[in-house]
Amino acid sequence: MNNQIRNLGQRLIAFIKFIDGVSRLALETTFWIFLPPFKKQRFFYQCKKIGVDSLPIVSLVGLFTGMILALQTAYLMKKLSSEIYIASIVALSLTRELGPVLTALIVAGRSGAAITAEIGTMTVTEQVDALRTLGTNPVKYLVVPRFLSLTFMLPILTIYSDLVGMFGGYLICVNRLAIQPNMYIYTTFDTLVNKDVFTGLIKTIFFGMIIALVACYEGLNVEGGAEGVGKSTTSSVVKTFILIIIADCFFTALFYFFWH
Amino acid sequence: MIEIVGLTKKFGDNVVLDELNLSIEKGETKVIIGRSGCGKSVLLKHIVGILKPDKGTIYIDGQDIYKLNEKEFNKLRLKIGMVFQGGALFDSLSVWENVGFILKEYSSLSDKEIRERVKESLALVNLYGIEDKMPSELSGGMKKRVALARALCIRPQIILYDEPTTGVDPITADIINELIDELHDRLNVTSIVVTHDMKSAYKVADKIAMLYQGKIIAEGTPDEIRYTHDPIVHQFITGAAKGPITSILKT
Repeated sequence: MNNQIRNLGQRLIAFIKFIDGVSRLALETTFWIFLPPFKKQRFFYQCKKIGVDSLPIVSLVGLFTGMILALQTAYLMKKLSSEIYIASIVALSLTRELGPVLTALIVAGRSGAAITAEIGTMTVTEQVDALRTLGTNPVKYLVVPRFLSLTFMLPILTIYSDLVGMFGGYLICVNRLAIQPNMYIYTTFDTLVNKDVFTGLIKTIFFGMIIALVACYEGLNVEGGAEGVGKSTTSSVVKTFILIIIADCFFTALFYFFWH
Repeated sequence: MIEIVGLTKKFGDNVVLDELNLSIEKGETKVIIGRSGCGKSVLLKHIVGILKPDKGTIYIDGQDIYKLNEKEFNKLRLKIGMVFQGGALFDSLSVWENVGFILKEYSSLSDKEIRERVKESLALVNLYGIEDKMPSELSGGMKKRVALARALCIRPQIILYDEPTTGVDPITADIINELIDELHDRLNVTSIVVTHDMKSAYKVADKIAMLYQGKIIAEGTPDEIRYTHDPIVHQFITGAAKGPITSILKT
C-alpha cells in the first residue's frame, strides 16, 4: 500500500514537473517568436514537412471517416426514413468534432513523434549544446518554426480533412443510398453555419500548439541514449493524445455554454 | 585569460565539481586529464555557459561570464569555439552549412561568400572537396575535423576540445594532435583540451592539470606530470589497475 501511494506521489510530481516545463517552454517560445532575426525558410520547410507531407494520410483517414460516418448514420436514418439528413450529420460531425480531433491525432502520431525523435537525437548527440555554443538559442532555432508551422498547418489540414470526409459521405450516399448529388451538396452546406466551422478550427489551433510544445519539450529533455529517445517519443505521443482529448472536452464545453 | 574560481556543481547528491580553481593563460594550451565521468566535460560546458554552476564563477578576460545577459553572453560565445566529443555536426545540414552555420545565421554574406570562408576553414584542418557531403557520409576522424573547422569559422580566441582523439584510430588521433598544435601556433589561440589519452596530452599541452574528485589535484608541464611523485597522478598516467584511485573506489 505504501509503495502504491509513493508510486502515485512520484507520478503526480512528474506530471506537475511536466506541466511546469511545458508552460515555461510555451512562454519562452512566445518570447522568441517576436525576437528577430526571422527566418522564413525554416518555417516554410516545417510547413512542408508537417503539412504537405501529411496530406496522403489525412486524405485517407478523412475519406474513410466520412464514408463510415455516412454508413453508420444511414443505419439509423433508414429506420426513420430520413436519409436526407445523413449529409447534415456527416457535415456537422466532421466539422465540429471528428475532423479536428482525428487530424490532430494523426499529426501528433506522425509529426509529433518525428519532432521528438529528431530533437531528442540532437540532444543526446550534443547537437543542441553545439547550437548554444554557436550563439543560437535552441528554442528560437528548433521550437519556434515547429510551433508556428503546426499552429498554422493544423487548421488548414483540418479544413482539407473535413472536405475530403464530406466527399466520402457523398460517395456513399450518392452511389449506395440513391441520394441526389445536388441534394447532398445542398443539405451539407445548408446545415453548416460559421460557428460549426470556427469552433472546430479554433480547437485545432490549440491542438497544434499542444503537439508542438509537448513534442519539443520531450525532445529537449531526453536523458540517456537511443533508449531515452525511444521512451521520450512514446511518452510524447501518449501525453499529446491525452492532452488533445482533455483540451477537446474543455473547448467543446466552453463553446457549448458560452457561444450560443 | 580564463580564471575559474571556486566552481561547484552537483547533480542530485553527486558533487561533480567541488570548489574547483584553475587559470589558463592567454595563448596557452592546457590539457585537463582525468578518468571518464570525473567532470571534465562538465567543466568545459560551464566555460561555454551550457551549464550554470551552483557556486563559484568563471572570468574570461576579466569578465564574470555569469553576470552577462543572454545577448552579451552570445557575443562572448562567438569568441569561443568548441569541438564536441562526437563532433555534434547537425545531421540535417551539409558540411558547408555546418561549418558556415554562424555566418549563414548572423551575417549578411551571400552563400557564395560563405562557401569561400568554409573552404578556407576546411583547408585549415586539411579537408578539401567535401563541402557538399552530409555528416553521415564522413568517417569519425573527418567528423571531428569538420567540427574543428566549424569552430574555426568564426576565428575564435579560445578553442575547447572535448576528447578530441577518442574513438579514432591512432594515426587519425596523431593527425588531430598535430592539427591542435598547428592551429595553436598559427592562430595563437588559447586552447583547453579535455582528454584521458596521455599520448595526446603530452603532445599538445603547455600545461597539464589533473581533475580528481571535483578538484584540480595536480598541475604542471608535461615533464613535471610525467615524473610526478603524486601516487594518484602516477596511477592515472601509467594506467595501472592498482593504486590509490581504484582502492578508494573499492572502499
